[in-house]
Amino acid sequence: MTSPLIERTDAAATAGARLRRVQPTLVLAILVLVVVLAWAVAPGFFTPVDPVQGDAAAALQAPSFRHLFGTDATGRDMFSRTVYGAIHSLSGAIIAVTVGLVLGTLIGVLAGSIGGVADDILMRLVDVLLAIPALLLALSIIILLGFGTTNAAFAVGITSVAAFARLVRSEVVRVRHSDYVEAAFGSGGRYLAVLVRHVLPNSLTPVIAYAALHFGTAILAISTLGFLGYGAPPPTPEWGLMIAEGRNYVATSWWLTTLPGLVVVLVVVSANRLSAALASRR
Amino acid sequence: MSYILRRLGQAVIVLLAAFTGSFLLLQALPGDALLIKFENPELGLSPDQIAAIRESYGADIPLPVQFWHALTGFLSGDFGYSVQSGTAVRDLVAEVLPDTLRLAAFGFLAAVFLAVSIAFLSTFPRLAWVRGVLRSLPSLFVSVPVFWLGIVLIQVFSFQLGLIPVINPSPAQELILPVLTLAIPISAPLAQILTRSVDDTLLQPFVAVVRAKGASRTWVLTRNVATNALLPTLTIAGILCGELIAGAVVTETVFGRAGLGRLTEQAVAHQDTPVLQTVVLVSAVVFVVVNLVVDLLYPVLDPRLTRKAGAPA
Repeated sequence: MTSPLIERTDAAATAGARLRRVQPTLVLAILVLVVVLAWAVAPGFFTPVDPVQGDAAAALQAPSFRHLFGTDATGRDMFSRTVYGAIHSLSGAIIAVTVGLVLGTLIGVLAGSIGGVADDILMRLVDVLLAIPALLLALSIIILLGFGTTNAAFAVGITSVAAFARLVRSEVVRVRHSDYVEAAFGSGGRYLAVLVRHVLPNSLTPVIAYAALHFGTAILAISTLGFLGYGAPPPTPEWGLMIAEGRNYVATSWWLTTLPGLVVVLVVVSANRLSAALASRR
Repeated sequence: MSYILRRLGQAVIVLLAAFTGSFLLLQALPGDALLIKFENPELGLSPDQIAAIRESYGADIPLPVQFWHALTGFLSGDFGYSVQSGTAVRDLVAEVLPDTLRLAAFGFLAAVFLAVSIAFLSTFPRLAWVRGVLRSLPSLFVSVPVFWLGIVLIQVFSFQLGLIPVINPSPAQELILPVLTLAIPISAPLAQILTRSVDDTLLQPFVAVVRAKGASRTWVLTRNVATNALLPTLTIAGILCGELIAGAVVTETVFGRAGLGRLTEQAVAHQDTPVLQTVVLVSAVVFVVVNLVVDLLYPVLDPRLTRKAGAPA
């Protein structure tokens, strides 16, 4: 057994080494995420053009300096629509990750800290959720709740509950038998207090890294539901829906589908890169 | 033996729980799909007639009895009736299943081929930059929306290059792009696991011994490493089967192909819950059974496991 002290200095040393050699791909990933976040917060700053009101005279124009991503069949500026679409994807992903994180942590902490029959029942429930492919599980939730941006985001969140629950449970079980938790109980700590003050904070680091990873997955899943037509209704500039609308012009106007799709890929790759960096830091 | 029984019992419990869950969810559905369809004033049905229809669908008997009927029905292959068309779900599924099975089978083969190519090509140390590109491919593959991938493939191969005709393609041509679309995202986790386990196996002492005896690199890779490295991929076989079904939903929608996935997409669009429920439960059964088989087969395929379990700790 290595002592915790040595582990700590090891980690500090590698973190220092990592800081010294700057990783260009990580910098690029953070840059992409910052830009998209800015799109979501202040879309008007990046484009003066209305994303919903089209100029019929300028329909189906190829990308140019005036229209960076071209225009669609009703003359709407695709770059503007992509910029305004950021808020839908990001807020959807945030809802999804929050739902998965909160419900998953709840189930995981309950199962891991109570143990026994409660653990068995909760984990079989998790097994059921894991047995259903994520997309089909999301569709089951959507058919229950109805279509819409928030419902789609919630459904995507439910698909990640099982994975979060398993991770949290294993962390709680690991932490619960550690010396400092035993000590906290020994010095008269009450069950709930020890759980909240010692077990939970020490279990959450890998969970946060996983949440970051799930952020990219959630953006993908939300755009898929949007593409299938179960998310935001038209004329919302949602990325998946935009690609679905552009599909009818695939023979003539490649920019309608290709460019918004590339933005989705960039954002997801960046989110995954960031989460990989977060995961390797612990 | 007791391990097999316990594992079997666990699988049955999970499936039973999945069935109960989906049954209860269906009952909790706010908009009774039957009422939505038949209470439409344009149909001009009287309340009596609606009651009769509800009775014929079995909607008025007590819940536990309904549950029993549904369960025994499901086990005997009777999945109820589509609310949308009134056809038996079994017939709907049976009609399109061959199409999806063909797509999924080819998609699976293509995914395995892609993953094995990535994993083994990336072990050749001479081409450092090729290795770097190959190693980053899986993480790119999982970041690409499947529907977008399909559209881009159509754009490039059908419209830009004109390689695959859009109108009247031959059956083989018709399959190429959907199979690629399905295979690329599925190959990613497979390639990641394979690459890792090839790396691990290459570090094993026995590899050094075989090399020292004069075996070439290719010999070691194909004869010794491959057999050892392929085993861990079995652990995600269940997930891959589920992903093939889910991937078919998007792929068949993009390419306008008939199949189980298209049926699912239509079912959601028309709030046809019995159809969706069947697809969900069948894919859960596939997942659980495949995992069960893998768990039970694994010690047979890898005798080291049984030996390790028997050895003193």
